[in-house]
Amino acid sequence: MTATTYDSADTKARAFPWRTALIEAGITAFIAFMLAITMVGIHLETVQGGLAIATRFADVVVAIILAFVGRIGIVAMREGFPMVVLIGGVAAAALGLLVPPIDIVAAVLQALGGEAPPATPVLQIMQVAGGVILALRAAWLVWRQRGSRESQDERSRSLGDLSARIQGWTGYIGPVAAAFAVALPFLFYDRATIDLATLVLTYIMLAWGLNIIVGLAGLLDLGYVAFYAVGAYSYALLATEFGWSFWICLPLAGLLAATAGLILGFPVLRLRGDYFAIVTLGFGEIIRVVLLNWYEFTGGPDGISSIPRPSFFGFAEFTRSPDEGVTAFHDMFGLEFSGIHRVIFLYYLILVLALFVNFVSVRVRRLPIGRAWEALREDDVACQSLGINRRNIKLAAFMFSAGFGGVAGSFFATRQGFISPESFQFIESAIILAIVVLGGMGSQAGIVLAAVLMIGMPEVFRELEQYRMLAFGALMVIIMVWRPRGLLAHRDPSVRLHPPEGRRRLWSIGGRKAAEPAVSDGAAQ
Amino acid sequence: MEYFLQQLINGLTLGSIFGLIAIGYTMVYGIIGMINFAHGDIFMVGGFIALMSFLILGIAGITWVPLALAIVLVIAMVFTSIYGWTVERVAYRPLRGSFRLAPLISALGMSIFLQNYVQLLQGARSKPLPPVIQGGFVLMESPTGFTVTISYVQIMIIVMTVVLMAAFTTLIQKTSLGRQQRACEQDKVMASLVGVNVDRTISATFVMGAALAAVAGTMYLVRYGVIDFFEGFVVGIKAFTAAVLGGIGSLPGAMLGGLLLGLIEAFWSGYFSVEYKDVAAFGILVLVLIFRPSGLLGKPEIEKV
Repeated sequence: MTATTYDSADTKARAFPWRTALIEAGITAFIAFMLAITMVGIHLETVQGGLAIATRFADVVVAIILAFVGRIGIVAMREGFPMVVLIGGVAAAALGLLVPPIDIVAAVLQALGGEAPPATPVLQIMQVAGGVILALRAAWLVWRQRGSRESQDERSRSLGDLSARIQGWTGYIGPVAAAFAVALPFLFYDRATIDLATLVLTYIMLAWGLNIIVGLAGLLDLGYVAFYAVGAYSYALLATEFGWSFWICLPLAGLLAATAGLILGFPVLRLRGDYFAIVTLGFGEIIRVVLLNWYEFTGGPDGISSIPRPSFFGFAEFTRSPDEGVTAFHDMFGLEFSGIHRVIFLYYLILVLALFVNFVSVRVRRLPIGRAWEALREDDVACQSLGINRRNIKLAAFMFSAGFGGVAGSFFATRQGFISPESFQFIESAIILAIVVLGGMGSQAGIVLAAVLMIGMPEVFRELEQYRMLAFGALMVIIMVWRPRGLLAHRDPSVRLHPPEGRRRLWSIGGRKAAEPAVSDGAAQ
Repeated sequence: MEYFLQQLINGLTLGSIFGLIAIGYTMVYGIIGMINFAHGDIFMVGGFIALMSFLILGIAGITWVPLALAIVLVIAMVFTSIYGWTVERVAYRPLRGSFRLAPLISALGMSIFLQNYVQLLQGARSKPLPPVIQGGFVLMESPTGFTVTISYVQIMIIVMTVVLMAAFTTLIQKTSLGRQQRACEQDKVMASLVGVNVDRTISATFVMGAALAAVAGTMYLVRYGVIDFFEGFVVGIKAFTAAVLGGIGSLPGAMLGGLLLGLIEAFWSGYFSVEYKDVAAFGILVLVLIFRPSGLLGKPEIEKV
């Protein structure tokens, strides 16, 4: 009896469980109603002498309908109708692009004799994005020929295989990506693109720097922006107060930030896990508050302006008409003067700096200290019992990380020409950390991918400026739910006692969990 | 002396609000071991919902303060709880059993999302609420002309906190839900084996935390008369600091940490400088953690090998 039920449940041609779907969708719609009725349905308008209330109930209705339909889509996907959902999702997205959902409701309301509500594009975006996500998910299911539930494990395994393979290709992809990065200013010879690429590279460099402490040493640092700020202010102050050149200040800023890392790191490295996280967060805030309030030294909220731009390695300046005795860059190379020269120069500068960080972290990983970091990440106590000095090893990771952050900070200062505490808020730390974790902790290639995705994509959709951070937050949640270990997660130790022969599965992750499959594989052979 | 007393009263009021939020952090940490970064924003959502309810009640003509306040509190708690529940369902439940940093990043994303969600829908400007409750008692009048006052709002906040804490402790200690929560905190697998619905218990924890945050949001709104979309971040971080200070995972610890943090802030602003009050708060946190790494009332973490 049970066997027949099982079989019939497994056959493709089965009825859609309307009852379940409607109940689930009804509950979802109710939740959507409860969520939307306050924040969406009521608008607090600032008017003369206080607040006034405006209502947006049409939007609430749309939100409820979207939630209802979306939930039915999810149920259909789960029950083995991905094709229908694929078509439906694409249709919903297309419809959302063509006709804002609010217009439909407005038309209905007008037909009923009501007033047309003012449009809010949030819902339209939600409809399009929701449709696209559902369609993608369904397409994935159709492609995998699998309508049934796919467990998180299976999914992460198949994606893990993929990312291990990608990691295997990094040897080829890396140089290609680097070559592309070198060629980029000539491929896209326009200021906006190069500026965006510079921004993405700055984040890549910061994330690679943070990766040393988070990805390799396994310590959760929530205050990385503090070192970024120390680097930026070091350069800005040294350059504006003493007129020191950028090329002297750049390594100096790195050293100062590393020293700051040493001083801050010393007391906190005894702490573990989340306590460490909250204290680093506290330090990040302390540094920002000090920058904000120490007016005589840092200029307080006004920041430091007219920070000198870097010269061409001290040989030439990027100006149209240089001062007496100074060569101009365009004269030196016999070019027409153009503002873009400096932009391109800055781009290459950050590219070199970022690649330097990458080079150092990849090489250091293979040194005893790098191996100690990885061992520390996997098991703190075992490390200590092997005679590794935990504190010194952690301090080294902290200093490396901080130093790179400082160098990136001084680059930031010279590029912007103006810095203020505004630029060093907690959200920056969060973004950098998000890039590291989303990319797959410890994965150099994953960080590039995540930085392009998180920084590049929202910048491309600049017209939706307002929704940028909203999308950013949503993207963080979605990527995490979809792939909790990050896009290219793969945590193989850099050095192995017995390197695997041939292509063994590389997806095994984590300390003890990783050890088991490796052992059983060995036993099987 | 008078000045000291006044700062003490102010500090206790502020600390009560921190403590109420800190309970949400500490409960979630205790039960699923994650820092719920979005909790501060849930507090902010609670404040906004309270503000809406106040305005609507004003339009509806309910102006008798105790009644209005009660209705506002109920509305804020109900709707904010739904937000708390949804956040858990959408962003954390799929990550149950995943590695340690994943829910943290998800929570950061949720926090950014909620902030921008409120900013988009309600605007970036801070929203003022005209004083709902005015007046207070004059406790002491010194010859120098400095008067120590305790306003009705402050009394309400402190009383409310005490009542909620008592109710909450009873809930955790005596009811079956509380027992389930404590069971889940100790061992989720074992709890599910003896018939505790772990998912539901965790959801209940989030709902309770959100409800307390909503109360804190309402209090904050009534006390300071203004709320904006970014408010949740700073207050949330402070409340989390309070939870760590008291020993994360411990409920009395959260309250104690909140009160201490409120007092530190009040005294520091009163006697030294307002600008550096955050530095003082975090500085004390660092000191406490260095000398007592598991917080004031926390159980020391045992390293298992």
